[in-house]
Amino acid sequence: MSGTSSLGAPTARTSAPSAGHGRRRTLRLAGRTGQYAGLLCYLVFLAFPLVWLVSTSFKSPQELGRIDPTWLPQHPTLENFRAAFEAQPLARSALNSLIVAGGATLISVALAVPAAYALVRHRSLVSTAANGWVLVSQMFPFVLVIIPLFLVLKNLHLVNSLGGLIIVYVVWNLPFSLWMLQGYVKAVPVSLEEAAAVDGASRPRILRSVVLPLLAPGLVATLMFSFVTAWNEFFFALVLLKSPETQTMSVILTRFLGDEGVADLGPLAAASVLATIPSLLFFALLQRRLASGMLAGAVKG
Amino acid sequence: MSTASPASLGDEATGTVPAARGGGRGGRGTPPPRTPAARKRLLGLDHGAWFLLLPALLPILVLSVGPLLYAISLAFTDAQFGRTVETDFIGVTNFADLRLDSLFWESFRIGLVWAVAVTALQLVLALGLALLLNQNLRFRWLARTLALVPWAMPEVVVGIMWRLVYHQDAGILNKTLRQVGLIGGSAENIDWLTNLSLALPAVILVGVWAGMPQTTVVLLAGLQNVPHELTEAAQLDGAGVWRRFASVTWPALKPVAVAMTALNFIWNFNSFGLVYVLTQGGPGGQTRLPMLFAYEEAFKYGQFGYAAAMGVVMIAVVAVFLTVFLRKRLKEDAI
Repeated sequence: MSGTSSLGAPTARTSAPSAGHGRRRTLRLAGRTGQYAGLLCYLVFLAFPLVWLVSTSFKSPQELGRIDPTWLPQHPTLENFRAAFEAQPLARSALNSLIVAGGATLISVALAVPAAYALVRHRSLVSTAANGWVLVSQMFPFVLVIIPLFLVLKNLHLVNSLGGLIIVYVVWNLPFSLWMLQGYVKAVPVSLEEAAAVDGASRPRILRSVVLPLLAPGLVATLMFSFVTAWNEFFFALVLLKSPETQTMSVILTRFLGDEGVADLGPLAAASVLATIPSLLFFALLQRRLASGMLAGAVKG
Repeated sequence: MSTASPASLGDEATGTVPAARGGGRGGRGTPPPRTPAARKRLLGLDHGAWFLLLPALLPILVLSVGPLLYAISLAFTDAQFGRTVETDFIGVTNFADLRLDSLFWESFRIGLVWAVAVTALQLVLALGLALLLNQNLRFRWLARTLALVPWAMPEVVVGIMWRLVYHQDAGILNKTLRQVGLIGGSAENIDWLTNLSLALPAVILVGVWAGMPQTTVVLLAGLQNVPHELTEAAQLDGAGVWRRFASVTWPALKPVAVAMTALNFIWNFNSFGLVYVLTQGGPGGQTRLPMLFAYEEAFKYGQFGYAAAMGVVMIAVVAVFLTVFLRKRLKEDAI
């Protein structure tokens, strides 16, 4: 920075325009430096808890007990991961999470695809009302959703069962899937469908061979997104699943916390890292579509 | 309701379509532009749409509209968990009790502080990051990737992770503060999450960390829709950085930012998992958000009716906030 200003100084005497030029360059350089400083702050803020979590998961019990913790493990070990599987039914809970998230996702998206198509292509009072409800239902606190469902599921003897949780997740995922998918349906040109109809294709045929292929990328994005939301969900699972054999990963993780303050930090961190991996993988695949999907629903809707 | 008649008309009309297609429009080449009605008829949507809509509308009606109406009605009863006696309609007694429940209003105040603080900080920080990511900077990809991670993480893991960061003895925050000399040599480590005055700010910071990335990604997408020519033209006209932002970028970004802020507020006000894992509402109720309070009321003490009444009050507050916020924004736009 000081280099540029000293370069700019001599020219400042000779002619006015180049003086302005030099100053602007200094300003721009200062701006760039500021931008990089800002970016660095954000990077540190975003990354340091993650680094700490991963680092903790690889530390030995002796190292975790030290008064003066270090940023990185001195003697990295996989011991915590083994201990995590021993301390709680982690594998079982992962399977439970997979069943619940997978089941709920498939059901809710299967219901949402035809509906999203109909809502976009068939504008009427019904579609306005349905879209209004999708937005309004976002406002309802979870407590108000779970109390009636809890009572209903209790009557059906579906409390503390994965089936009951799948039903709850379908209810909870449906509005959002509907919202996201409508954005993608709008992007499919109607003229293509008309062309197919003029050529004599039947209605199911148009849906199968024209609309669905064009919708596929959006469909995959919606599937992954709703899988991740269900995989990560905590509140409903906490309320509905009471025994360790049925609990999903989010709930099992809180069992590691034990009584206040006596948590076994190493296995806790290791289990947390493991629980995050599936969501991270999906998000990495989804990256590019996330924002456009959200935007499509938010702005065009 | 008014849809019923066009639909039935459509049924008759679709019968005539094949004839019209066979004879009337014999000519090749580009078809004439269709009216929406003709378009629907051609695609057979009038009667087909119901078969497509019903599979999704039925579950929404049965599983979403129904339960929520049921929940609202429960707010006017003395329903309790596991009670064999029939529940009775008790009018507005629950709400009258709530009015005098100072613990609930304290929790409500904390909830508002939390929701407003987290939403505002999220917006400001996310806007800053989105603007930076929209520049052609090196390591931008790293920030973009990192910004997605908190979004993908389960709430519970975010809570656990920050508990490790805030940990009194083994936490990295206390260690770093000691290293830079903010905690003196003999002074005790700070216990962030059990300190009466520090717990809420500490929890708010976690809320911002967890929610900022999503807002950033959405704002960034909005920024990329701002026409490049406009900013360039403004630059040529000699507009400075601030001027360009205020009169070109922000007006284009505003609808996205307003929608996202409204959603963030709702989500934050109804937030549960993060704080449940971090503090369980402690110390001394300093971080007991309304959702935690209602959860305890319903599933610890079994007061379903009372908890439902709390939920109804929460919706009312969110609705009022949103109306005021959105109306103000819309008015500004109108001027």
